[in-house]
Amino acid sequence: MPTDGVQYISKPGNLFRSVPNKFDAANLRSEEMIINLGPQHPSTHGVLRLEVLMDGEIVKEVVPHIGYLHRCFEKHAENLPYNQVIPFVDRLDYVSSMNSEHAYAMGVERMLGIEHQIPKRVEYIRVLVAELNRIASHFIAIGTYGMDIGAFTPFFWLMRDREHILRLLEWASGARLLYNYIWIGGLFYDLPVGFEDRCREFVHYIKPKLQELETILIDNKIFIGRTANVGVLPLELAINCGVTGPMLRGSGLRFDLRRVDGYSVYPELDFEVPVGEGKMGTVGDCWDRTSVRVLEIHQSLRIIDQCLDKLTGEYIRTRDFDPQALIPKKIRPSAQDFYVRAEIPKGELGFFFRADGTSDVPFRCKCRSCSFVNLSVLPEIAKGILIADLIAIIGSIDVVMGEVDR
Amino acid sequence: MASFEQILSIVKDSCSYAEPKVDERATPKGVILSREDIIPVARAMQQNPLLYFDMLSCITGIDNGPEARTMEVVYNLYSIPFNHHSTIRIILSRDNPEVESVSGVWKTADWHEREIFDMYGVVFINHPDLRRILMPADWEGHPLRKDYTHQEYYRDIKVKY
Repeated sequence: MPTDGVQYISKPGNLFRSVPNKFDAANLRSEEMIINLGPQHPSTHGVLRLEVLMDGEIVKEVVPHIGYLHRCFEKHAENLPYNQVIPFVDRLDYVSSMNSEHAYAMGVERMLGIEHQIPKRVEYIRVLVAELNRIASHFIAIGTYGMDIGAFTPFFWLMRDREHILRLLEWASGARLLYNYIWIGGLFYDLPVGFEDRCREFVHYIKPKLQELETILIDNKIFIGRTANVGVLPLELAINCGVTGPMLRGSGLRFDLRRVDGYSVYPELDFEVPVGEGKMGTVGDCWDRTSVRVLEIHQSLRIIDQCLDKLTGEYIRTRDFDPQALIPKKIRPSAQDFYVRAEIPKGELGFFFRADGTSDVPFRCKCRSCSFVNLSVLPEIAKGILIADLIAIIGSIDVVMGEVDR
Repeated sequence: MASFEQILSIVKDSCSYAEPKVDERATPKGVILSREDIIPVARAMQQNPLLYFDMLSCITGIDNGPEARTMEVVYNLYSIPFNHHSTIRIILSRDNPEVESVSGVWKTADWHEREIFDMYGVVFINHPDLRRILMPADWEGHPLRKDYTHQEYYRDIKVKY
């Protein structure tokens, strides 16, 4: 046993007690072998480890091993008041924090019964920043996906354009990635003066860039060759596995919680829900999923335009407007079980709350994360494919390991 | 879109062990079942043409603490074609938390149930691959239990920092 001052003593035996694989190399057939992919491989998007049972170049079985980024979100949430959980919610899906915050704040507001009192200006600002963040998240997804399968340039272009979004959000909230901007009952602060003009400039700037992106990546012959007819996810399997978000829409179902549940001010906004149509191959292949993400960026830009119109017209900033006015001094919901869900860039983010009615701390706060569920479909669709296609499938699922492991 | 009364009557018909109770505190509204009835009820809810709960949104484990001596498993269901929600709640004894796995009905239950096994130690009978998922395989104890205390050393690494 180590003494108090020493955290770790290296012993030779430690090396042999490594994390076990599901398959035992001694029991394999002679043509089979186990390939370990990750956890520190760029194409696994973080710290995902895949144990791949191979027959030559053909994948026979994939076993994902997760948990390397487990940060005990649910345990922390059980020990903190509702409003102090929001910074932890940011760190779940760290490339689209605004969307997660929106879902969480909405859930607690519904439990308190104050969701109809939120001022419209606050709701429009929430939707505006959430859609900006959705674009940033899709930029990461598309850019890194291109890089996974060999297209290097789009990644730089998209990271350059994402930087504009991050600067806008930093201007509003003070942080680049982990914002803590949407609070229960309101916002941290109103939008800074001049934000709307800069945002319009950004929308004007980004539209031709998206055309460039489609030319260089989505309609590229090599990209189509790598993604069309690869990793086909049939719709029945997708629903049975609980897959949501662009993956489900890529499989051809027009299902978007922004439309289906119509939360916040989305019913007042005009946008379409793009679905995969199998233009380049089969419905539900990797190309469809990526193309759905690109089309969603266009729709998000439409939503941003409409929000900006409202924020400079009907709900323009006034001198006496206080986005913190409605924030409850004591957040103590009545005793209940509550499940809330919202659409974040990866799919359906759900929170299950149990409030005991006597404390400011949730008795239980479970996060149903979409990356976790979407990743669980990987062993189903990655059987009998080439290992190069396995990389293409992982990228098209768009996992963020912070959200998988929580 | 089926009303809650319709859902309740279909659930009642497929229960053989005990009468289902209405879950008063849940939003969306749900039922409390005895653990023996979960598989027939899950199948009925998924396949009945009036309900068609084709999507299992979430499974949550809850530990009520050593005084209450109970654990709970909560299933949040959603029907995409009919756009209705429901909840199933199962109350287990804390000494012997065992329930039948629903991963044969909804495949998404596979990883959710592994997570609950990992965090609470609830054993899912007939689960295809019940291993720990988030914690290391040789971790001691189930971290989200209310009376959990972590081990002092894990592989000679001090746990408390």
